[in-house]
Amino acid sequence: MIKQLNVFVENRPGRVYSVTDILTENEIDIKAFTVQDRGEYGLIKMIVDKPDEARLALSERGFACALKDITAVSVPDSPGNLKRLTLIMNENDVNIADVFGFVVQPGNLGVCCMEIHDTLKQAAVDNLKKEGFKLLDSSDFTDL
Amino acid sequence: MQINFWNKQIETASRDEINDIQLRRLKNIVKQAYKSEFYKKKFHKAGIESPEDIKTLEDIQKFPFTTKNDLRQNYPAGLLASDFDDVVRIHSSSGTTGVPTVIYLSGEDMDCWTDLVARSLVATGCTKSDVFQNMMTYGLFTGGLGLHYGAERVGMAVLPIGGGNTIRQVRYMQDFNTTTLHITPSYLLHIYGKLDDFNTKIEDLSLKRAITGAEPHTEQTRKKLEELYNMPCYNSYGLSEMNGPGVAFECVYRNGMHIWEDGFIAEIINPETGEVLPDGEKGELVLTNLTRTAMPLLRYRTRDLCHIYDSDCPCGRTHRRLSRIMGRTDDMMIINGVNVFPSQIEEVVMNIPEVGTNYQIVLTKKGAIDKLIVKVEIYSKMFSGDASQLDSLNRKICEELKASIFVNPVVQIHEPGTLPTFEGKAKRVIDMREEI
Repeated sequence: MIKQLNVFVENRPGRVYSVTDILTENEIDIKAFTVQDRGEYGLIKMIVDKPDEARLALSERGFACALKDITAVSVPDSPGNLKRLTLIMNENDVNIADVFGFVVQPGNLGVCCMEIHDTLKQAAVDNLKKEGFKLLDSSDFTDL
Repeated sequence: MQINFWNKQIETASRDEINDIQLRRLKNIVKQAYKSEFYKKKFHKAGIESPEDIKTLEDIQKFPFTTKNDLRQNYPAGLLASDFDDVVRIHSSSGTTGVPTVIYLSGEDMDCWTDLVARSLVATGCTKSDVFQNMMTYGLFTGGLGLHYGAERVGMAVLPIGGGNTIRQVRYMQDFNTTTLHITPSYLLHIYGKLDDFNTKIEDLSLKRAITGAEPHTEQTRKKLEELYNMPCYNSYGLSEMNGPGVAFECVYRNGMHIWEDGFIAEIINPETGEVLPDGEKGELVLTNLTRTAMPLLRYRTRDLCHIYDSDCPCGRTHRRLSRIMGRTDDMMIINGVNVFPSQIEEVVMNIPEVGTNYQIVLTKKGAIDKLIVKVEIYSKMFSGDASQLDSLNRKICEELKASIFVNPVVQIHEPGTLPTFEGKAKRVIDMREEI
């Protein structure tokens, strides 16, 4: 499991800056991020090297934030992989609430970070492995 | 100008005659008030030994004021002065702090109220030939039913359509040749903007007049409405504590609202000191209902700021006139005709665990319709990190506010610590509505 930091921000100029400024001040490295736009507000979702410290730093400065467990898998980037991944999820009746992906260079490694309802069933884990996907843990992210 | 009367004798009675009626009725109503637990205690505390203490009209000043708080603290029946079997109608407010203010009326009280409303309508020129489209809310709100009964008593054909549904409103105006509207000024403005959409022109309608009430508006708005519709708009005053509409009403001269002084004693006081002010001076209106026996209210502080005209009216009515309401002594807001106190909103939002310590109320206008925006801060410790949590929080606040204040708000969720904070008295309400 990977800890993802979700931060509530109003949709107005300077909010992402304020968050990253606080993280920089606390020497926290952002490994991956995405922003979920919800109109008047948004959620900044980040994977950072020190999630607990990051949450504390932001909370102390008044931000509403929370750590969420997410499932991250990696596979070499090639056509059809996302389809194979989602097929496995579908076959195991896993609902993905939110997802983002990116490719790490060099090495062409595709990474997919998923917020899923419930926990991933063993059958799904086995199938992922069989199809060549690798379930990542937080130490994998530090090396990215 | 044609001047119609409903009860010419009373409406044009001399000052002495009015004083006689008032004194006689005041004595009766004080006697009646003594039958309620609330007034028995209150009079006793104020040193009033018996109802016979009233010798002159000035003696009313010996009586203590009655406030909205008294009504709340004695909910539900502490002010009831007659047998419950005699009650035929109960009206109630939405409940500012969870406790509503409730008013009881007997059959006779209903009759008196209806008669005053009929008199009010006739003063604006209404006759039995008119078609009355009542666009006010029916139900516990007294504006709808009060005018409905009065209009029927005049003999008008009443369309009890209620508020909203502009398409149907305009259609009915056309199909039934409506002559008289009872409507809030903002809705009347709103409808004008929609007439083009329905390919309707003012000339296609048979409108002769509008009775506008339930929300404060300026003389400029009235003039604008009168120009747009090419018909007079009459201002009315009432409050549920004094039955509802029909306390004061404009005549065809539209120059202040005649207070029906055989039904009410009106005093203007300095809201700070309670001192009674002379005619012409602005202060808080205090009303005594002279005819309601099921639940008498003596010297009720309305919180409305206004003055009484001290000049005669060319219509010949001798009952003094009330100015427009120029403000309130409390923080009540009127949103699309509905009375709302900021404390009602505070109570709802502060009871929700996901809401932080601060909130703000913003009032704006979209077209002619008031918009209530409630801004809240999210409470950091209750934040789960999910957007769905924020959506359901928003929905929850909307639903609970709607249930409590009968107004649909727009809710905005903010970061903790971003809404303005205050030292001392908070200014949580920002009213950005231009005066309509």
